[in-house]
Amino acid sequence: MFSGFMVNTWAEASVMALVAGVVGFFVVLRGAAFAAHAIPQGAFTGAAGAALVGVNPLVGAGVFAFLGVGALARWSRHGRRDVVTALVLVSLLGVGALFLGLSTNYSQQAFSLLFGSPLAVSSSELVPTAALAAFCLALVVVLYRPLLLSSLAPELAAAASRHPGRAELGFLVAVGASTTMALPVVGALLVFSLMIGPPAAARHFADRPLVALGLSGGLALVTVWVAVWAAFESNWPVGFFVGSFAACWYIAGRAWASLRRAQLGGHRRQGRVGLPW
Amino acid sequence: MPAPARGAGLSPRPGTGELSAGLPPAATEAGPTQAGAIQPGRSSPPVASEAPLSVEGLTVWVAGREILHDVTFSLEAGSLTGLIGSNGAGKTTLLRAILGFQGVSAGRVRLARPVGYVPQKVVLDPDLPVRARDLVELGFDGHRLGLPWRGRPRRGQVEALLSMVEATGLADARVGALSGGEQQKVLIAHALARQPRLLLLDEPMANLDLRATREVAALLARIAKDQGVAVLLSTHDMNPLLSVMDKVVYLAGGRAASGTTDEVVQSDVLSRLYGHHVCVVRIHGRLLVSALDEHGEEGCDVVAEGDSYREARP
Ligand SMILES: Nc1ncnc2c1ncn2[C@@H]1O[C@H](COP(=O)(O)OP(=O)(O)O)[C@@H](O)[C@H]1O
Ligand SMILES: [Mg+2]
Repeated sequence: MFSGFMVNTWAEASVMALVAGVVGFFVVLRGAAFAAHAIPQGAFTGAAGAALVGVNPLVGAGVFAFLGVGALARWSRHGRRDVVTALVLVSLLGVGALFLGLSTNYSQQAFSLLFGSPLAVSSSELVPTAALAAFCLALVVVLYRPLLLSSLAPELAAAASRHPGRAELGFLVAVGASTTMALPVVGALLVFSLMIGPPAAARHFADRPLVALGLSGGLALVTVWVAVWAAFESNWPVGFFVGSFAACWYIAGRAWASLRRAQLGGHRRQGRVGLPW
Repeated sequence: MPAPARGAGLSPRPGTGELSAGLPPAATEAGPTQAGAIQPGRSSPPVASEAPLSVEGLTVWVAGREILHDVTFSLEAGSLTGLIGSNGAGKTTLLRAILGFQGVSAGRVRLARPVGYVPQKVVLDPDLPVRARDLVELGFDGHRLGLPWRGRPRRGQVEALLSMVEATGLADARVGALSGGEQQKVLIAHALARQPRLLLLDEPMANLDLRATREVAALLARIAKDQGVAVLLSTHDMNPLLSVMDKVVYLAGGRAASGTTDEVVQSDVLSRLYGHHVCVVRIHGRLLVSALDEHGEEGCDVVAEGDSYREARP
């Protein structure tokens, strides 16, 4: 299973997972999981539209992901963020459904855009994916400290910096770009789980921000490797495995945190206690 | 009764501000049309002889309502000033206007940058993979780009700050898992990292128990004295701070009176501020401000005889 076109799949999936884990670290820290769910829906709509007019779906996904990012950045400052995000999400999904409905091979496309088709990655997709990956990782590295501070408290970042909005915008761009590259592999619905599961677990395993960030990327890599292998062996959709493993990491992380708290013997037990889920 | 002091005396603090000496101090003169607009970074560092903060004729409109009207006061280096007002009086709005987060309709703010700031509601998730020392470290370099370079000197600086706020033992604990008082100390250390001449705290005593309130109050008083920082902290209850406050800025009805506690917290001063009759009563070292109906207008100060809050001082 490591020969021929499968090499492309492995390479593409690995790069995508690393970026999802790293960008997802800040998604979880900032409580922006909902936004990270909305942006892939935008990318899905774009990919469906591109397929309809005969353009590379990756291009359509990218354009629409950035439109979604722009909408969130522009309108979430006024009014309630979750409402704005939800409206962006449902309107994009509706348009995506229209695009799919207009296309001839409806169910085939719908399935691969929503749930991914990792076993059909061509080598021509590797270069744009690698470029997007490098861009996302560079954004996170450059914005690391302002993002970390504004994740803790936006007002602390505002007091420290003259342009606190730039880190937020850069972050949304990174979410959009990483979504675009992940869409063809794991699909719109599951980009989200890869961006949430590993980082949510990593913050239980590590208590230093940089260590947790690296661990998050590592867990995402392992998730995708195992999922692609399992999908290849079983012929079940890869999305099923990605979603399940991502959830497993999270449960393991909560269990680990509970164990550690129990070991400390209630010495410092202000955190939540109870079952790991 | 002395009039509320406007513009407390300037006290130069040698050794600071040289960087900006000679530069004209910039300030905002915003027109009324700009109400609500955000004007980040609207002040430049003042010269060394200037007060760490001076606010002149500040008027702020929020959502079509005048929240602050012609607010004027200034702070001295090394002093602790209480920003007193009930809920909704405009304390947070004033602090945000000072910081430039909130547009102003009229007036100007001059302040010494960098400013240390501890916001009102900092909710830290207990699962955050961020230790107290990481948060303090972000006080030094949270505005910088790139990954942090954790050198040994920085580690020493972080530990010195944590020991200044008596939080050495908390360095390796997750910030979200600390108690409210402990978090307040770590946030104060964070705010002090860049050696500000001005430290603004929004309701730092809210949600603290009595012991933690006293600890934080004493800590802030000591920081003001030892570091020569001008500390301005808002609170809706001035009593826990009576023994440590050098000055008060009292907000009511959108207007402010400033001066020492004795000067400002008086029935006639506050009555003028509120625009209706209020009584200041001193009981067992506590100051109570209460509105009276017209029957009570005469007997206001009688209760206060022979019992001053000063007796509560150590
Ligand atoms: N974003 C806003 N929109 C509308 N009104 C606001 C806003 N922020 C503050 N206010 C109003 O301004 C007044 C002062 O608020 P605030 O400064 O938070 O008071 P305090 O901090 O003293 O409790 C309140 O009456 C509040 O309703
Ligand atoms: Mg307030």
